[in-house]
Parts: sequence; structure tokens; C-alpha cells
Amino acid sequence: MSRFFSSGGNSQNGKGDKSDLVRPLVSLSNSTTNYRVNKQTVSIDPSNAQISLRHISKVFPGRKGWLNKLTGQASSDFVAIEDMSLDIEHNTFVSIIGPSGCGKSTLLNIIAGLSSATSGEVLIDGQIVDKPGSDRGMVFQNYALMPWMTVQGNIKFAVETVFPKMSEIQQKRIVKENIQLVGLTGAEKKRPHELSGGMRQRVGIARALAINPQILLMDEPFGALDALTRGFLQDEIERIWEQQRKTAIMITHSIEEALLLSDRIVMMTKGPAARIDEVLDVPFPRPRDRTAVEEHPDYLKLKKEMEDHLYRETRAVEEERIR
Amino acid sequence: MTAISKRAIKSKKESRLLDNENVQAILLFLLSLAIFLGFWEIGANLKWFSKGMPTASLTIKELWYWVTHPFYDNGPNDLGIGWNLLISLRRVAIGYTLASVIAVPLGILVGISRVAFKAFNPYFQLLKPVSPLAWLPLGLYIFRNSELTGIFIITIASIWPTLTNTAFGVANVDSSYLDVSKTLGASRWRTIFKVIIPAALPNIISGLRISMGISWLVIVAAEMLLGTGLGYFIWNEWNNLYIPNILVAIFIIGVVGIVLDQIFAYLEKIVSFGKS
Repeated sequence: MSRFFSSGGNSQNGKGDKSDLVRPLVSLSNSTTNYRVNKQTVSIDPSNAQISLRHISKVFPGRKGWLNKLTGQASSDFVAIEDMSLDIEHNTFVSIIGPSGCGKSTLLNIIAGLSSATSGEVLIDGQIVDKPGSDRGMVFQNYALMPWMTVQGNIKFAVETVFPKMSEIQQKRIVKENIQLVGLTGAEKKRPHELSGGMRQRVGIARALAINPQILLMDEPFGALDALTRGFLQDEIERIWEQQRKTAIMITHSIEEALLLSDRIVMMTKGPAARIDEVLDVPFPRPRDRTAVEEHPDYLKLKKEMEDHLYRETRAVEEERIR
Repeated sequence: MTAISKRAIKSKKESRLLDNENVQAILLFLLSLAIFLGFWEIGANLKWFSKGMPTASLTIKELWYWVTHPFYDNGPNDLGIGWNLLISLRRVAIGYTLASVIAVPLGILVGISRVAFKAFNPYFQLLKPVSPLAWLPLGLYIFRNSELTGIFIITIASIWPTLTNTAFGVANVDSSYLDVSKTLGASRWRTIFKVIIPAALPNIISGLRISMGISWLVIVAAEMLLGTGLGYFIWNEWNNLYIPNILVAIFIIGVVGIVLDQIFAYLEKIVSFGKS
């Protein structure tokens, strides 16, 4: 019940009617880190967690003050994420899925340290993190490759930045290995504009992995790719993940993608004041391949559950927009 | 049968040559040039224009003379056009380099800080539209030297486009590049030199291109009052009332302007990396 009140307290600035819509959904959810596995609830021991999110909230402050009121530009605070807690164990692949505008990317940026939480904290191996660091490698949706650098140059930039004291020979070796890992050997000297979208994202992945991070963060990594390339790269990610088994957090819109790659799927409610609705455990054995996953007896049940959740949340978003 | 198809192919080839956009453009260009020169020649001979207007043929003859005898020196009032051109280019080179050396770093500094951008932008906006020649008396008063004044005017005129374009480019660097730099934990300096400056380079080069255009515009006007240089050449011929040489100088100024602009167009292409 206390959560119920805190949500009311945050939305006092004029637009409280919007978050009223969220309340019934919010009260359904458990904000403590309970994983519902096939309708059973299990808790992760937080002391085993590599990444712990503790009561994370993110509020984007609105325009206030008499000047903005005078010009009619005043707006109330926007609560993007409200009181979100989550524990992620070592070597786990976690997908975060939710309707558009639910603050998924905001959450990932907070974990990456690119944006700071309004309240709450992010712990990695028990240490509070509030700024970016090379323990976290990031893959961006728009690839974010420097167009003036070659494939090799983009990856080398990352390696040089993170390991400035490493010898030139060793840096080059790391670059070469990672280009090989993502299957881009032969394209080292090409510039991003000469590559297809899929190839560009391979460079993005190689750059993130080249700094040998403990955690891989991916913000809709395949969002801008066509369906075929997407499937192809998903298989590549699965292959690479099996080799390295780094903890990974991936934002996605795709149910199939989440089911193919993840150990756990975090489903978020719609924003504003988004929170975790449910965490699904994905029991498929590894290494995985698409066909085996789709034939698994639990596949359809999990898919149905996710679809129900996403449709419900998306419908609520649409209805709100109409009003 | 074969004869017909051969003819068909031949006529198709001919029509293809005429269909080519570049061929059409060149033909249209040559046609318009011929009409222009013809009108000029006939008009000048029939005294349609003002008294003493030279004919096209005389002007072209003079152009040929100046182009084939660019470097001679019979004192400051009878100097080959090549020397005058070099004098103008030297002034532009010094003034423009000085402007760029000031404008690019200052633009980067202003672009990086939002506060600095907002604080200093009024100066740039105020000074940008001021005609460079308005600075001429001030320059003469301060330096009491026509050479330095010329360079001063080039500098002050060509500083603004580079400065504002650089600041704009730096302030609008794609935030995802900066995010990459941040997630890697790159230092401030490394981010500036390895990410921000290369990302803003297309804007910086277009600023430099506009500045170069302005320098070349301004030098001719400034030199009319300064002695020596292409601008003075025109002024001198005006005092001699010999119009063909004025037209020759205008043509040469135009050609040099094209060359300077194309150098920067080429640089812009290099730093665009497939963007446009």
C-alpha cells in the first residue's frame, strides 16, 4: 500500500489524472525482486547478484517558474521510472521488454552511467556506480560508429581509451580478435558508410566486447535492421554469448528475440511511472538454436504470456493517447 | 533488315549522346556565350552602349595579352597582373590564416560550453553583418600602414563565418558519439580531439569555405584604397579610363575565386564520409 501512496505523491503536479490510470496495474505488480517461474515465485538472493538496482526512480523535471507560467510553457514533472528494483546474477542474459516509451532506454542509460537516477542506486558487485565505466560495454541502436574512423579504427579507439598503457602490438591483436569474433575479417579498412546495417552493428558489438567488459548493455541492438539480418545477428549474438557468457542486459521490442537469447525476461509496465510487472524465467537449454527453442514445450506458453502482457500495456498506452 | 536495325542503332546512339545532361548543358552554355559575345561585339560596334565601351574582341585580345605577360614590373602603376594577383593572394593568405587560427579554436571553445555559446553569440551576431569596409578607417587609424590594414580587414571579415560554423558544429555533435566516448571513460581532451573535432569537421570546413569566399570579395574592395594588388589594378585602370583592362581583371578575379572555392569543395567532400 505504501507504494500506492508514493505514486500518488509523485504525481501531485497537475497531471495526477494520468498516473491514476497506472495505479491498477501498478498494484498488480511486485516491486521486490520476485521471479515468477511458471506461476511459482522464487527470489534471488541479493548477495549473489552482480548488478543490483535498488529502488530506482527517474523524474524528468518539468518547466516551472513564473516565466514559464507566463508564456504558457509550464509543465509538470515527468516520472519515467518509479521505484524499480532488480537483481541480476553473474553470467545471465536478461532482456527488458515493454511498450514504447516505458523508460527501458532510460533504465539502461542509468545502468550505463550515462544518466543518473533521481533516487535509488545501482550496485555492481556491491559497489555503487554513478558514472560510466569500462566494466560495462554498450551497444547502441543506431550503432554510434564514428564515420571518420575505419572499422579497425572504431574498435581501436575503444581499446586505446580503456587500455592506454597496453603495447601497440597487443592492442592490435585485441582489435583483430574481435573483428574475427564478429565475422568482419577483410572489412577492417572500410568506413561505416560502406557497410550494411548488419555489418555496422557487428562493429558496434566488436567495439563493446573489445574492452573486455564484465557486463554487456544493448539498447535495441537490432531495432534498425530488416527481419532477415536481424535473425542472422541474433544467431551471432547467441554464438558469441555462448563463448563468453558475459552478463548481458538487452532492451528489445521483440518477443521471439527475447525468448531466443535470454535467461530472464523483465517485463515493464507502460510509462509514465513505469515499473517491473513480472520477471519470466526462460528454461530453454543452452546452447540454443532457433528451431530447438521454438519446439520446446514451454515456448508457446511463455510467448503467450508475453504477448498478453505487451498487448495489455500497449492498449492502455493507446487508450490514454486517445483521451 | 540488317540495314534498318543498324540505322536504328546508329540513330539511337546519336540521340543518346544528345540525351546526356552534361552534353546538353555544355551546348546550352556555348550557345549562350556565343549570343552574349555576339551581342556585345555588335552592340559596341554600333554604339548601343555608353561611349567608349570596348568591343568583345578587344577585351579578349587584352585578356590574352595580360595572361601571356603576367609578370613584368615598370613601377607600382604599371605592374603585371600576375604580380598584382600574387600580392592580393598573399594578403588573403596571411589575413585568412590569422582569422582561421583565431576562429577555429575559439569556435571550439564556445561550442563546447552552452553558457559560453549563449554569452558570446550576441557579439558574433552583431559583428557578422557589418560590412568589412566599415573597418577600413579604423584599421588605417590604428595601423597607419596600408599593408597591415589590408590584412586586418581580411582577418576581421573572414573570422565570423568560421567562428559561428565551428561553434555550431561543435555544439551539435551527434550525442551518440559523445555517449560512446563517455561509456569508454575517455578523458575530456581525448573526447575533444578524437571525437568532437572530427565530428564537427564538416561544419568547420564549410565555415572556412564561406570565409575564403568573403576574403576574396573583400580584398578587391579594400585594395582600391590601399595601392597594389588586383583591386588597385582595377582602380588604376579606372583612372586611366581603360575599360578593357577592368573587364580582364574582373574575369581573372572570378576565375581565381572559383579555384579557391573548389579547393574547399574538395576538402568538404573528403570530410563528409559518405554523408551527402
